Amino acid sequence: MFPRPIETWKPSARALYILSVVIVLLGWLLPLIIISIASFMTADQLNSGGRGLNMPSPFSVDGWTIAIKNDEFRGSFINSFFIVLPVVAISVGLATMAGFALSKYRFRGQLIIFAIFIGGNFVPFQILMVPVLRLTQDLGIYNTKWALIFFHGAFQTGFCVFFMRNFIAQLPSELLEAARVEGASEWKIFTRIVLPLVKPAIAALSVLIFTFVWNDFFWSLVLTPASPDGMLAPAGLSNIIRGRFYNAWNVMAAGSMLVALPPVIMFFLLQKQFIAGLTLGANKG
Amino acid sequence: MENANRYAPWFFLFPALVYFFLLVIYPIFGSFWISFHDWNGTTFQCADGRSLLELNEDESCRRVPVMTWVGFENYERFFKKTPRDFERIKDYWVGIFMGESVRWPRLSVETKVLLNNIKWLVLFPAAIPIGLAFALFLNQSPTWVRITKSMFFFPFVLSPAVIAFVFQYFYDPAGPLKGIYSALGWSSGLIGDQNKATYGIIAAGWYPQIAYCMIIYLAGLTAIEPEQIEAARLDGAKGWKLLKRVILPQLWPATFIALVVTMIGALRSFDLVQVMTGGGPGRGSTDVLARYMYHKTIFDQDYGYGAAIAAILFVIMLVFIAIFIQQMIRRDEET
Repeated sequence: MFPRPIETWKPSARALYILSVVIVLLGWLLPLIIISIASFMTADQLNSGGRGLNMPSPFSVDGWTIAIKNDEFRGSFINSFFIVLPVVAISVGLATMAGFALSKYRFRGQLIIFAIFIGGNFVPFQILMVPVLRLTQDLGIYNTKWALIFFHGAFQTGFCVFFMRNFIAQLPSELLEAARVEGASEWKIFTRIVLPLVKPAIAALSVLIFTFVWNDFFWSLVLTPASPDGMLAPAGLSNIIRGRFYNAWNVMAAGSMLVALPPVIMFFLLQKQFIAGLTLGANKG
Repeated sequence: MENANRYAPWFFLFPALVYFFLLVIYPIFGSFWISFHDWNGTTFQCADGRSLLELNEDESCRRVPVMTWVGFENYERFFKKTPRDFERIKDYWVGIFMGESVRWPRLSVETKVLLNNIKWLVLFPAAIPIGLAFALFLNQSPTWVRITKSMFFFPFVLSPAVIAFVFQYFYDPAGPLKGIYSALGWSSGLIGDQNKATYGIIAAGWYPQIAYCMIIYLAGLTAIEPEQIEAARLDGAKGWKLLKRVILPQLWPATFIALVVTMIGALRSFDLVQVMTGGGPGRGSTDVLARYMYHKTIFDQDYGYGAAIAAILFVIMLVFIAIFIQQMIRRDEET
């Protein structure tokens, strides 16, 4: 292990280490600590020079209640789930099939297709913007949540294929061969043998895609600019604090924390899957 | 059996492939096509050439945009002032070296946008060594350190828009940094000042990016075989030398991923700029290609020009995308 495990350090060095971890951690979380304190201040305090390092006085939950009670913001928040969950299902589902095809068969064009999925996943959104916008207008889903589901489902498929293909490639091919010898159809091999084995990968991917899509801001601005109950929560929040609650710092602070909550809860509950998903490919193999 | 094997992969591949092509690959070509045109985004005609006004009440038709072919004009427009601005910047630096009192020249918005993208590309990767430092700092196994690791990492799961709001508050001239600002004489704060704002936004961008790099490096450190480190220790290597000679080379796969993802992230920066400054203060002082394109298209309805900016951004990005794909496939062939 590098550096040496602290268990082997001198007691004084260990004490110093613990102290420094605490200090660095507090410094690291400072912006988030400050914004959570601000969410419990009154608008008056925030606008009369109380934006520094003070404590709330009086203590108030105005920011939270205003944010939660606001129809537009709440609409976008609830709507987010109805966008994110279908996207997760679509992209993980399609990518599991495609990942299977790309890793356990040999055919011409295989590598090119895989490269396209990887590359497409990294393109700047701006190069897709106008054609995707036009497409949603032609389909009559512009300014509805369907536009976001439609686009994100496809875009996230790219990352999911990359992930699934690498995961399935590590599964032993002998299992599939054995099933084939016994006369199982390809579809049966996929559903009965591959699917149960990729469950951990599906879990890891779902957490990641949930977070990625939940956090999207750009596509809400482009595809659902005039529809508060069609956009995702970050854009919904931006909408109200650029509009009705302009300069209401407490609403902004509480709203930011509300938007952050679902992915943060998800992360702490499913940390192992989340990190496994994120670091796949960062090591050899 | 043979037949089943030949068609089966295409059967599994087909839905994802068609869907991905329709919404990710085809639009790339679509944008390039638009970038050679002048189009205000709102004029349409019927696919058969009739104008929309000629239609009867109950009739409808497939609408296609009315665009004027302009060739490379949009690209020329973007780079028109580049030589002039380059000259001005050169004069500025020459002046500085001669010890004259020169002022930073007036530049076109396009040049400012390009310079800001360069600032992002140069400064944003600082998240990588900082992330590595955090990873080395926290690569310990007691439970309390493990909990600390997740506290360090979780800013990564926050929406960039949320990060932007948090730092907008944090940077406010009357906010928590008030004391530091008054000591430095920065009356308009970090992101209220044309010359400093981009750096403030990049620093906010580091927040989740450092967390990402840290977790990539922690995974990399775990994957190093302990025997190798012990062997190096027996040879007398320790501290910096051990890190440089043994650990860093072993961490190369992690560094590579962190580098590519960070460079692409630097070019993708949209949310932070849009929320924190909207490209300002002033004209384009913090603007980047990604946001300038959005602004030109949606607000100035200059769709052709916007598409050209997107195409320029795409071509820059393609360098990093190509490096990544090549490495991925090479690594794949090795195993």
